Amino acid sequence: MKDAFGTPQSLLILGGTSEIALATARRLIARRTRAVWLAGRPSPGLDAAAEELRGLGADARTVPFDALDHGSHEEVLGKAFAAGGPGGDVDMVLLAFGVLGDQAHDESDPVAAARVAQTNYTGAVSAGLVCAKALQAQGHGSLVVLSSVAGERARRANFIYGSSKAGLDAFAQGLGDALHGTGVHVMVVRPGFVHTRMTAGRTAAPLATTPAAVAEAIETGLLRRTETVWVPGSLRYLMSALRHVPRPVFRRLPM
Amino acid sequence: MAAVTGTPPAAGSGAEPVAVTGWGRTAPTAARLLHPRSYTEAVDAVRACARPGARGAIARGLGRAYGDAAQNAGGAVLDMTGLDRVHVIDSANGLVLCDAGVSLHRLMEVLLPLGWFVPVTPGTRYVTVGGAIGADIHGKNHHGAGSFTRHVVSMELLTADGEVRTIEPGTPLFDATAGGMGLTGVILTATIRLLPVETSLMRVDTERATDLDDLMDRLTASDHRYRYSVAWIDLLARGASLGRAVLTRGDHAPLDALPARARRAPLAFRPGRLPGAPALVPDGLLGRRSVGLFNAFWYRRAPRAMTGELQRLSTFFHPLDGVPHWNRIYGRSGFVQYQFVVGHGRQEALRRIVRRISERRCPSFLAVLKRFGEAGPGWLSFPAPGWTLALDIPANLPGLGAFLDELDEEVAGAGGRVYLAKDSRLRPELLAAMYPRLDDFRALRADLDPGAVFTSDLSRRLGL
Repeated sequence: MKDAFGTPQSLLILGGTSEIALATARRLIARRTRAVWLAGRPSPGLDAAAEELRGLGADARTVPFDALDHGSHEEVLGKAFAAGGPGGDVDMVLLAFGVLGDQAHDESDPVAAARVAQTNYTGAVSAGLVCAKALQAQGHGSLVVLSSVAGERARRANFIYGSSKAGLDAFAQGLGDALHGTGVHVMVVRPGFVHTRMTAGRTAAPLATTPAAVAEAIETGLLRRTETVWVPGSLRYLMSALRHVPRPVFRRLPM
Repeated sequence: MAAVTGTPPAAGSGAEPVAVTGWGRTAPTAARLLHPRSYTEAVDAVRACARPGARGAIARGLGRAYGDAAQNAGGAVLDMTGLDRVHVIDSANGLVLCDAGVSLHRLMEVLLPLGWFVPVTPGTRYVTVGGAIGADIHGKNHHGAGSFTRHVVSMELLTADGEVRTIEPGTPLFDATAGGMGLTGVILTATIRLLPVETSLMRVDTERATDLDDLMDRLTASDHRYRYSVAWIDLLARGASLGRAVLTRGDHAPLDALPARARRAPLAFRPGRLPGAPALVPDGLLGRRSVGLFNAFWYRRAPRAMTGELQRLSTFFHPLDGVPHWNRIYGRSGFVQYQFVVGHGRQEALRRIVRRISERRCPSFLAVLKRFGEAGPGWLSFPAPGWTLALDIPANLPGLGAFLDELDEEVAGAGGRVYLAKDSRLRPELLAAMYPRLDDFRALRADLDPGAVFTSDLSRRLGL
């Protein structure tokens, strides 16, 4: 069960090698979290992540999970929910998988572009619905969805990735409304540019942040039962201004 | 969110899950709310909840437990307030037999005119008899009278197998049920020994203590002279005033203490009631500044010393009951109550904790210190001889979880414990140190209720 501050005792991470997810897991293990399921494609990286969390004192296990294999989601994630954590439940699901793609290349390779969309959006729709159903049956839990500011307004530089996050973001908001009053809390997290493997070698955008900062914002969001979290918080105001910039102007902005 | 606190919505079978929270309004979870109107309905409900995959049931009274003791995510919550008959009042011997869903408020209404009072009352009248037993509540008279279940002569318990058992003090099932947080079964009725009173007024002495040591000295020296005793502490005071407090102590006023006019209806029970708190209160209303100002005002308002003041029962025992839904003033994030006890001779631990709370500037305007007397036999019963401090803190205070964890360590290290009826955040690892009879409790439950029909969010969270 979560405690009064929304801190979970058990955590299921979809995208078990995500740096933001692992930073969040570390932070929550330091509080209450004792059981962690890392769902992801089997890899040495996934095993190493589980090993690291075990070193911090958590009972960490891995589950083979492929975002693109929608048909398997019910069975694979069902296993984690059936085994649960302390008290028999999964208290929090962190939906953290996603790929950035290579915009320049993908524009001329529609199959690659579609894979970005399928991973980030349709994979999340399928896995998100499976988890939402299980959380609703247990009457409590948080579903935390890692969206992005890129989904807030499509930019020339990364609109394939951005559009997939826009879809994910809209899906998660709608799911949050559908689950309102069921004891299940859906939280959409919109980080700006985060320094991770995914963004390595790219020029950092203004207000760039770190996985640890996102993790901290997630913990605060759980405490306040927030529905939308921006990281850093000031992005909320920047983006609400940018959203209203006319397109001819927006197009020319150096970003 | 339609969070349930107090009166339930008019739902028939309660088939649709609704969000339920404790009095602190933190951590809502959804459950099917059932309203048994008869013992048969209660038995049927428990049998239905024993189906595999049904996620069990927990009884709920008036929802005054601060944390998650009367929540059951994904399962059923049995609202017992429909079972509220007072069956027998034995006025000659001072006994009452009533349903578990009867509130202490109702008992006072029917018993006071007959010259009887409930043996133990907490800071609110709006708790049910079942809840009072499940949490083994205590009152301002604990140093003399002990906790609630000491005055329970017998009770009827509906267990997981659907049977109703009569249980009496001195048996393991009684000791597991007293303070057992509803996890041994559903209490259906109880017979309680009452306290005779001549009037419905209290004769109260008030004095101020300038700091924590002064307070502890005064309590130690003269508590035994009063039936009821409690101290309100200003936890935002610092330096030399650290732990300054207002002591209020007293007893039921005898008839000859009343002025002539009041002697005409000496047992009249007329609690006052103010408008309730609004439903929407912004978070952060109770910050350090506002609570600090309130505390300073409250301390200075109290007389330096005053004896023999006549007060209404409700003013002395239940000042907050006059403001319905006062729990809303903490905003949507809610609040946590932290109550612990440390033994006599552990004053140093108490001093350290009070100092840390004061240094941390926790905005708490409801901080209460009292001395406990003898412990009851309940395995998970909270009161133990020593000092108990209770404080309310807004849940959205950053870093509060980690801070309270540190206090837990201090409490457990001093051989103390926290109160499960108020808990919503204890680390499960510390539970066995705080409650040495935990293993006995678990063993009895495993035996009595192997399918864990009686389950609550509290029991899931702490592995009770």
